[in-house]
Amino acid sequence: MTTLTDPPRESFRLSMLINDTRYRSLTFQGITLLVLIIAIAYLANNLLTNLAAAGLNIAYDFLGDPAGYDINQALVEYNSRSSHARAALVGVLNTLLVAFLACITATVFGVIAGVLRLSNNWLVRKLMSFYVEIFRNIPVLIWIIIIFTIMTAVMPAPRAFRGDEPEATMLMGLFAFTNRGVYIPAPVWGPGSMVVVATFIASIIGVIGYRRYATKLLYDTGKLLPMGWPSLAIFFLPTILMFYIMGRPIGLDVPELGGFNFRGGIQVGAPLIALWFALSIYTGAFIAENVRAGIQAVSKGQTEAASALGLRPGRVMKLVVLPQALRVIIPPLISQYLNITKNSSLAIAVGYADITATLGGITLNQTGRAIECVLLLMLFYLTISLLISAVMNVYNNAVKLKER
Amino acid sequence: MKKSVILGALTVAGLSAGAAAAGTLDDVKARGTLNCGVATGLAGFAAPDANGEWKGFDVSVCRAVAAAVLGDPSAVEFVPTTGKTRFTALASGEIDMLARNTTWTFSRDVDLKFTFVGVNYYDGQGFMVPKALGVSSAKDLDGATVCIQTGTTTELNLADFFRTNNIGYEPVPIETNAEAQQQYLAGACDVYTTDASGLAATRATFEAPGDHVLLPEIISKEPLGPLVRHGDDEWGDVVRWTLNALITAEELGVTSANVNEMSANTGNPEVARLLGTEGTLGEMLGLDADWAKRAISAQGNYGEIFAKNIGEETPIGLARGLNAQWTDGGLIYSPPFR
Repeated sequence: MTTLTDPPRESFRLSMLINDTRYRSLTFQGITLLVLIIAIAYLANNLLTNLAAAGLNIAYDFLGDPAGYDINQALVEYNSRSSHARAALVGVLNTLLVAFLACITATVFGVIAGVLRLSNNWLVRKLMSFYVEIFRNIPVLIWIIIIFTIMTAVMPAPRAFRGDEPEATMLMGLFAFTNRGVYIPAPVWGPGSMVVVATFIASIIGVIGYRRYATKLLYDTGKLLPMGWPSLAIFFLPTILMFYIMGRPIGLDVPELGGFNFRGGIQVGAPLIALWFALSIYTGAFIAENVRAGIQAVSKGQTEAASALGLRPGRVMKLVVLPQALRVIIPPLISQYLNITKNSSLAIAVGYADITATLGGITLNQTGRAIECVLLLMLFYLTISLLISAVMNVYNNAVKLKER
Repeated sequence: MKKSVILGALTVAGLSAGAAAAGTLDDVKARGTLNCGVATGLAGFAAPDANGEWKGFDVSVCRAVAAAVLGDPSAVEFVPTTGKTRFTALASGEIDMLARNTTWTFSRDVDLKFTFVGVNYYDGQGFMVPKALGVSSAKDLDGATVCIQTGTTTELNLADFFRTNNIGYEPVPIETNAEAQQQYLAGACDVYTTDASGLAATRATFEAPGDHVLLPEIISKEPLGPLVRHGDDEWGDVVRWTLNALITAEELGVTSANVNEMSANTGNPEVARLLGTEGTLGEMLGLDADWAKRAISAQGNYGEIFAKNIGEETPIGLARGLNAQWTDGGLIYSPPFR
């Protein structure tokens, strides 16, 4: 029989840092950290020394100077006398715009393709796997260039719309598809148009309210109200009525050929379309695989049980499979959104003025402030990526399995 | 100044700029090749021919320097650079000199810390439009879509020109000349603007050059010339005086055909000094006496290089104009060899 006694309390000796397992790992972590800090300090010092030797310094004063160049797509007021900082802001907004649009469309493409890949229809299934394999195995830069080149080569130039018998005509007299972009009519807000807009917003709320009520009625009493046509009616009718009651206050500014280009309306530039489409169709292929994996991760028993309850296949997918699959789909989806945002920096290939093209391209080049510009770019992409991650993580927490 | 292989690899290109600044001449001699930055492909100025050999007006400057320093005009490693990458490439020491139709400007000289060693082509920014548009002046271009090469002085000139004339335009920034050409021909832009020489060179490669016109307006001064890094004056002198040797050779009537004969028996003391039969100009540069002779026999003198690559006999078809010798009323002028 043994007796347990407290070991004598040893005083700390220096050799214990190596010999004692309690301290050893701390020792090595400390050493590694120290080496890392020294290495970084050395690199930074080397950079500053060499810059000083070359007579250069790190300064951000240039951001206040006039940029001197023009940008073809600016979401905020900008001209060539605006500052470099303003040009950078224009670039930031353009990056966010294309990233936002591409995230939405990529998700739509991805979910459709992912669900259809598991279809029982042989042709649909094969077509979708063809799409996925083709698009995700060719670099996105190639896709961007291919789509842009096809657009500029196939679509008519604005001058093709000219003359008495033009080679090209506008779609319904409203939309012009050219190799410089798509021109669409812009709404003109007349007096009283706010009432129409308010009615429209109210009817959206009305649709949501009606659907909630119908669902509640179904759960409480089992009485099934029709969903589809009443929703449509609530959505459209009041707004259209109000539009005529107010005397048609919202007009259309239809693009017209004037001079070299179409004027009026809203121009969606070819670079934006090419970049947007390429990013969404490329990333959509990856998302399709995520969606397929997520659906397959839901045990087959769930589907069978749902079918046994008499649910139709559409409802099985919508009510049983997708909610569970989302838990698997969301985490990789976050990284796809990050990829879209980062890949949007390839914009310069088609002349889209994103942040890499303005701050990291023209500004960098005209001012020669390479290090400053690149540091700012890194900061921007890091911030945006972390923000997207944070937002998506909140969503992920909302849909994940609640353990009680 | 600290210098280390690892740091060079780790830090961004350009950070170790200072480290590579001194002793370029020695570096080139030790390496046995000259790293010369040129355009990615601009007919007549710098473009690889069918055999992959670089040919052109700017390329000839590189070859002349290589011939003067290394004795071999083919000992050149050509590094194609875009408007965006050229300065980083030079500042980081990736290339020893840049001969890429680069405009000499105050900020590039002073702020970016480069030394322009001279001007080998006096140019100005022009506009090219399809004849079918019926435009006869750049001031009629209100609302036009304009293709520009990004990262050049042209996009700044363009913004200034349209602003001063109070007309609008839509810029389409393009990375290389080839892409710009494609966009322009597809009608994605109405106008292509760059240096007039570049427009002529680009138009020469079109299937139907006659369908396109250059507008009469020249909206800027673009003195193009080779450049090196600040802070290495010995190397700067070598490149500067190689260029001057080519110019002086034309002025004095020394050509690639008669250079050997001229150096053997000349009565003109300046020719003798240039070709190294008299004086020690070569030694002062850190080269040997025959340096200029080799530079001239490599590609010919300035006039020969001009005529062979971009002159009126070539598809590019540029007249000498401002680029004639000062004795013929042009601006090409070399300080004396003495």
